[in-house]
Amino acid sequence: MNIIGHKNWYFGLSLLIIIPGIIAIFLWGLNLSIDFTGGSRLTLSFNDPVSENKVQIVNKILKVEKIKTASIEKSNKLIFIRTSPMDQNQNNKFMSALSKTLKDVKEQEFETIGPVMGQETTLNALKAVVIASILIILYITWSFRQVPKPTSSFRFGVCAIIALIHDVLVVIGVFAILGHFLNVEIDSLFVTAILTVIGFSVHDTIVVFDRIRENLRKMGGSDFPKTVNESIIQTIGRSLNTSLTVVLILIALLLFGGESIRWFVVALLIGVVSGTYSSIFNASPLLVLWQEIIDKKKIKK
Amino acid sequence: MKKSPRFLLWFIILITILAVLINLPSKGFLSVTKSLTFKKGLDLAGGTSLTLKADMKNIAQAQRGKALESVKTVIDQRTNYFGVSEPIVYSSVNGNDYRIIAELPGVNIDQAKNIIGTTAQLSFWEKTASSSAVLFKNQQEYLNFIATQSAQVVYPPSILQVLGTYPNKTSLGGSDLKETSVGFDQNSGKPEVQLKFTSQGAKKFADITTRNVEKIVAIVLDDQVIEAPRVNVPILTGDAVISGGFTVESANDLSRSLNAGALPVPLLYLQQHTVDATLGNDALLKSIFAGVLGIIIIAIFMTTLYGRLGIIASIALIIYALLVISIFKVSSITPYAITLTLSGIAGFILSIGMAVDANILIFERMKEEKRVGRSWHEALELGFSRAWTSIRDSNISSLITCFVLYQFGTGSVKGFALTLAIGILVSMFSAIVVTRTFLRVIYK
Repeated sequence: MNIIGHKNWYFGLSLLIIIPGIIAIFLWGLNLSIDFTGGSRLTLSFNDPVSENKVQIVNKILKVEKIKTASIEKSNKLIFIRTSPMDQNQNNKFMSALSKTLKDVKEQEFETIGPVMGQETTLNALKAVVIASILIILYITWSFRQVPKPTSSFRFGVCAIIALIHDVLVVIGVFAILGHFLNVEIDSLFVTAILTVIGFSVHDTIVVFDRIRENLRKMGGSDFPKTVNESIIQTIGRSLNTSLTVVLILIALLLFGGESIRWFVVALLIGVVSGTYSSIFNASPLLVLWQEIIDKKKIKK
Repeated sequence: MKKSPRFLLWFIILITILAVLINLPSKGFLSVTKSLTFKKGLDLAGGTSLTLKADMKNIAQAQRGKALESVKTVIDQRTNYFGVSEPIVYSSVNGNDYRIIAELPGVNIDQAKNIIGTTAQLSFWEKTASSSAVLFKNQQEYLNFIATQSAQVVYPPSILQVLGTYPNKTSLGGSDLKETSVGFDQNSGKPEVQLKFTSQGAKKFADITTRNVEKIVAIVLDDQVIEAPRVNVPILTGDAVISGGFTVESANDLSRSLNAGALPVPLLYLQQHTVDATLGNDALLKSIFAGVLGIIIIAIFMTTLYGRLGIIASIALIIYALLVISIFKVSSITPYAITLTLSGIAGFILSIGMAVDANILIFERMKEEKRVGRSWHEALELGFSRAWTSIRDSNISSLITCFVLYQFGTGSVKGFALTLAIGILVSMFSAIVVTRTFLRVIYK
């Protein structure tokens, strides 16, 4: 198997998925949920303590009225609902529909609310990811410091982070497309999914890099592309088996985990598959590409 | 690393039994573990919903949106200051009504109020040139006086007695604090709150104390003058102490509130409700079912791929799951309680998959070593030692991510980082120590 020889094809396949995703992000934007955009909050009051049955009825009417709901909570004689932004008309329509079924319902409060994941929270998470990436590059540069010439350990770190950015772009891009066509929303769970993918991606890439490091020590750096190719093939069994176990668990979660975490699991599935792909077909071939560019420059001089 | 495998085996058996005991439903003689329960998130266990009104009368109209956002951030931080509680905090604006709604899982109303704490608005006041001492005969006279004061400035009650008319609120406030701690006065032994200012705050404080030598500077907390010391010498180091007749507990409370961030505006409790779980046991059971199913699938998968080795890895995996769940349970009695939300459970189930990775790495390596003609024993030891560098480097990079996310993240991000870090550390133990010990004991 010659993965390095066909590396441009593999880069091409990645771009084939990432570019439509980026276009979708710019064209349609991300379909952000109430967690990010804010919305409305209703407080309903009843004469008697609220039963589970009543909550179900409220939930059903919300669905019939096509009002997106982030949470329904009950507290003795009250129900709190967090929904997408509602204007007075929609609110009136919903309340009249509701009072047909539940006679004793009263709207105690109807207010406009801000996002749970405010700008500051999102920026903090973003800042953390950037700092973590820099630290990972530093760690890999240090840990791989003994790789023989002509390569350098710094490049390993940078390539691992490029693979990471690849995976994040794939997941966000696919969700931009899903958001447009299937109305899938990006909520606070999605942020958790992205963070998981980031952890998985680097983890996976380093295993392949570790083998390159070992083989470079054994075979020397004279035929760098060949050494990299060999290393990928030696670790491909492990890479596939590991992601297969994770994929199996995720499928179990997808089928039996219930509706509330469905898209969270889908995001993880896409990220894990992409993470495995990028660690085999992007991260290590990128090392070779980088080396080739440097070699060409040297010849020109 | 060549410790006696027997010793390690007993150690593993011991902690596994302990983990099983912790996880068993507590009955009869097991009542010790009764106090150990999961701390469940709002979606699974319910909690408290608090509505707070932000008093914006001292904030310019244009700044109010920003002020409310920063109130939200501070409350977010306060709820996260001790451990991970995964609160849901959001703001609400209706006309001139600015509110914060905080939903805290797994706590009752009193606990919730304790967590959010008093508003802890800190300010420093000084005399101005036009100040003159006033003495009021009674409350009414005092109130009359306040009414004649400029309507623009709202003075904390009792500040006028301390500083006289027209006191000046300095620009130094809670946002200039770097950190606070609780200490004890060396002479009286009474608790005091020690303040450390940021470099900017230290400069302000130095200016204030320089221009007020031999004068009184009042320290005001939430509109109460808690101390009005006379400045003896300018303080240039950026350190200050509040010793306002605290108990150890109230000093701790104040220090914690100030540490977690200063609020730009005063807050008022409007409503408080106990909230029931939204998803409840049904969702929890579904996730547990998916998790158990996942473990069974992995066990079958590993056994098919690696035979006897796979069976041992599966046992190690079950020990891994037991240990992690025990840690979750035990954490509920520490300040770093891990809150179980649906995403947290999903994350844990995912970490099971990642936990097998180390075993797959080792077993693949053993296969390779056997292929080049090594004996079973050599392959076993080489498999572990050669796979170690990749397990180490990949897990350390994941731990770096966890650490940074925990430091900078808020709410659920923090909880996720903690859960993942525990998963990684325990998985290294189960995949390396547990599996190797079993293999060494069996194939001795």
